[in-house]
Amino acid sequence: MNLSESKDFLVSSSSLKEVRVFSRDVFEKINLPQDQKDELVLAIAEAAQNIVKHGYKGVTETTDRMEIKISLKDGDLEIGFFDKGKAVVPENVQHRKLDDIKPGGLGTFFIKQIMDAAVFKKDEKGWVNHLILTKKI
Amino acid sequence: MTYKVTEEGNISTVFLNGEIDMDVTDKAKEVILPIVDSGKEVHLNLKDVQYMDSSGISVLIESHQRALEKNTKVVIKEVSKSVLKVIMMAKLEQILNLE
Repeated sequence: MNLSESKDFLVSSSSLKEVRVFSRDVFEKINLPQDQKDELVLAIAEAAQNIVKHGYKGVTETTDRMEIKISLKDGDLEIGFFDKGKAVVPENVQHRKLDDIKPGGLGTFFIKQIMDAAVFKKDEKGWVNHLILTKKI
Repeated sequence: MTYKVTEEGNISTVFLNGEIDMDVTDKAKEVILPIVDSGKEVHLNLKDVQYMDSSGISVLIESHQRALEKNTKVVIKEVSKSVLKVIMMAKLEQILNLE
């Protein structure tokens, strides 16, 4: 089955539930084990959270929106995240060491655990950041 | 997220309900940390938490570490399957007190 669905959200922690609802709705259309759907929803929510938490660090309120696009073609799942926050330096995106037990720094680790790849790409459509998560399913 | 707190002796049980994400972590910490700071043993009942992300895991870690500082403990009770999976993904099942 092939599909492509996208939706934009206000950049706010209050949008994260809406992000999960959108993601769950899309994955309902795909024949996957529930555990895997749950993992994919978590990865998407963590990436969206990173936009709110890091891309808009220090910004208490914004009218900016972020877009999430979920595409599946011939078993290749691709999830795109577009935002206009602070430009990400990919080399600086690292999760904390797991044996350094402290709050924070796990979101990127979860994404890397769940997805096959996470790559920032140049975007031509006016967005600042374009993250692409991919997974063969 | 909603919550309920019950008390029995020196143990306070916090029943969390719903989904724990970045949007509600401040609220969760406002409920849990003052009880920990009071020196009571805190039981976090997570049977009705259907979803927890890295922000929620951070609340569990912070509560656990604060309890150690206060010479008490936080015990995680009746963790749901979906939340346990996230705890295990973070390799915290041996660190946090799970019952």
